[in-house]
Amino acid sequence: MLKYYISNIHLKRKDGKEYISKEYFLVDEDEINSKTLSLSKVPDGEYTAISFIVGIDSLHNCKGIQKGALDPVKGMFWAWNTGYIFLKMEGKSPQSITSGKSLEYHIGGFQQPHNCIRTVTLPFSIPLKVGGEKENKIILKSDLSKLFSGHTTIDFSKLSTVTNIFGATTIADNYATMFSLVEAK
Amino acid sequence: MVGKIRHLPGLFLLALLFYAFTQDPSSIKETVEITFKNPKGFPKPTYPLKENKTTAQGFLLGRKLFYDPILSKDNLVSCASCHKQNFAFADAGNELSTGISGKRGIRNAPSLQNLIWKKAFMADGGITHLDLQPIAPLTNPVEMGEVLKNVISKLQHDPVYPSLFFRAFNDSIITSEYLLKSLTQFLCAVISVDSPYDRFISGREQFTSEELDGLKIFRTHCANCHKEPLFTDYSYRNIGLQPDSILQDAGRAGITGLQEDNNKFMVPSLRNVEVTAPYMHDGRFNKLEEVINHYANGNFATANIDSSIVRNVGFSEKEKKALIVFLKTLTDQAFLHDTRFSNPGISTNRN
Repeated sequence: MLKYYISNIHLKRKDGKEYISKEYFLVDEDEINSKTLSLSKVPDGEYTAISFIVGIDSLHNCKGIQKGALDPVKGMFWAWNTGYIFLKMEGKSPQSITSGKSLEYHIGGFQQPHNCIRTVTLPFSIPLKVGGEKENKIILKSDLSKLFSGHTTIDFSKLSTVTNIFGATTIADNYATMFSLVEAK
Repeated sequence: MVGKIRHLPGLFLLALLFYAFTQDPSSIKETVEITFKNPKGFPKPTYPLKENKTTAQGFLLGRKLFYDPILSKDNLVSCASCHKQNFAFADAGNELSTGISGKRGIRNAPSLQNLIWKKAFMADGGITHLDLQPIAPLTNPVEMGEVLKNVISKLQHDPVYPSLFFRAFNDSIITSEYLLKSLTQFLCAVISVDSPYDRFISGREQFTSEELDGLKIFRTHCANCHKEPLFTDYSYRNIGLQPDSILQDAGRAGITGLQEDNNKFMVPSLRNVEVTAPYMHDGRFNKLEEVINHYANGNFATANIDSSIVRNVGFSEKEKKALIVFLKTLTDQAFLHDTRFSNPGISTNRN
C-alpha cells in the first residue's frame, strides 16, 4: 500500500507570478484515478517550474473535521495526535523484525523538530505554454525505491516500522527526493 | 451509593415508538432545550461554537450516538461504557477501562465536562480539536476498535440513523463530519457550572467555616495548577508519581518527543472530583485522601518534577480534612443527574 498527500501546488510563471492551487490531493497507488491531479483556471502564460508539498500544511493539520481528500475517513488521519499521515506505505520484507515480517511507515507531523512537510520543486527544461483550448499535462514520476534510499538508506532490519514522530523525518527526507519530471507539455 | 437514574420523558418514548413504525422523520416531536451563556468569570470558549451551531436535533443525535454501542467493532462498547454520567462521565471506579474483547487501556478514563474551554484533549494533549477527539477511542484497538468507514457504513444501513442525520444536517448521506459534529454538539452541552462552589462564588450560597478553611488551603497550595474557575490551567506537569513500569506511559513526551516532557500529564479539572475516583492518569489512587497524601508526604520520583511541587508541605490532619470538604463543594448534583445528558433508552448490547 502506498498513499500520500500532494498539496500547495505552485506553478511558477516566467514573469515571476505564481499560480497557487488550494486543492488537496490524496494519491493512492491502488486507485488509478487518484494519480491524475486536475488544476483548473490556470492563467495563460509561460510556466517555468512546479512546486508542491508532500503532506499537509500546518494550518490544515489543525483545522478540525474536514471534507474531501482531508476527510479522516480516508484513513490518513492520526487519531492519537492531531494531524495527517502525509505518506503511508505498508508492505512486507523478510528482513523486517516485526512478527508478521511487515513494513509499516506512517509518516506525518508538522511541528519542529519533527516536521515532515517537504517541498519539492521541479523546474521545466522548456517553459510550459498555457493558453487557448489546449489541455496541458505535467507528467511526474515517483520512484518508490527513493523512499528507502533517496537521502538515507533504510535498513529494514533496523527500521521496520515508523508510526510516530520517531524516525519520521528520516523517511520524509527520503520522500523529498522521490519525484522527478518526465515532461511538461 | 449512586444508582442509575433514568428519567425518560413520556413524549420522547412515544415519539420513538411512533417513529419506528412510520419511518417519517418529520413525525418526531422530541425537543430539548440547550442554551449556552458563558458564565461570569469564565474564559471565552476555545471551541469554535459558531462553526458548529448546536441544534436540538444535532444534540439529540449526538447523545444517541454517545450511548450507542453501534460505534464499536463488536457493537458492545459505547462512549458511555467508560464515561458514565453519574460519575461526571468518568469510569465509575475503574482504574483502567475495558474496551472490545475485554481489552484494557493504559490510562484512567477522564471525566467529561466543560470541554468547550479545553485547549487539548487526552492526558498527553495529543488531540487539539474537540471534533477530532472521538476518532481516538473509536479507532483505538483496545477501546472501540472500529474503522471510521465501517462506523459510517453501519449508521447508513441502520433503519433509524439516516433520518436522524437528515433532521440534524439536512442530509441523509452520513459523513464523518456529521458524525463528529453531532457528537460535539452533545459534548459541548455537557457543562458543569452549578456546584455549591459556583453558588458560593456568585453569592447565592454560604460556605461553612470548614469549607472556607478548605478553600483557603486550596488557593494557597493547589490553585496554581488547578486554576479557578475551571480548576485546571491545562498545562502539562510531572507531579512526581513513580512511573509505572508495566504501563510504560511517557505522557506528554509521547507527543512532543522531548525528554523534558517525560511523565508530564495534563492537569485535570477538579470539578466533580468527589465522584471521579480513582485518580491520576493511571487511576492509581482510590481516594482523595491518597491524592492529598501524595503531595503532603513528599515521596516523589525526582526526574522532571514540576517546579511548583513543594516538598514537605506539611498538611495537618485537620487541614487535609478541610481541603477534602472544600473539594466536595465542586460536586454538581444537577449536572450528574441532568436528564438531558442521560441515556435516551438505548440498549447497551446491539448484538
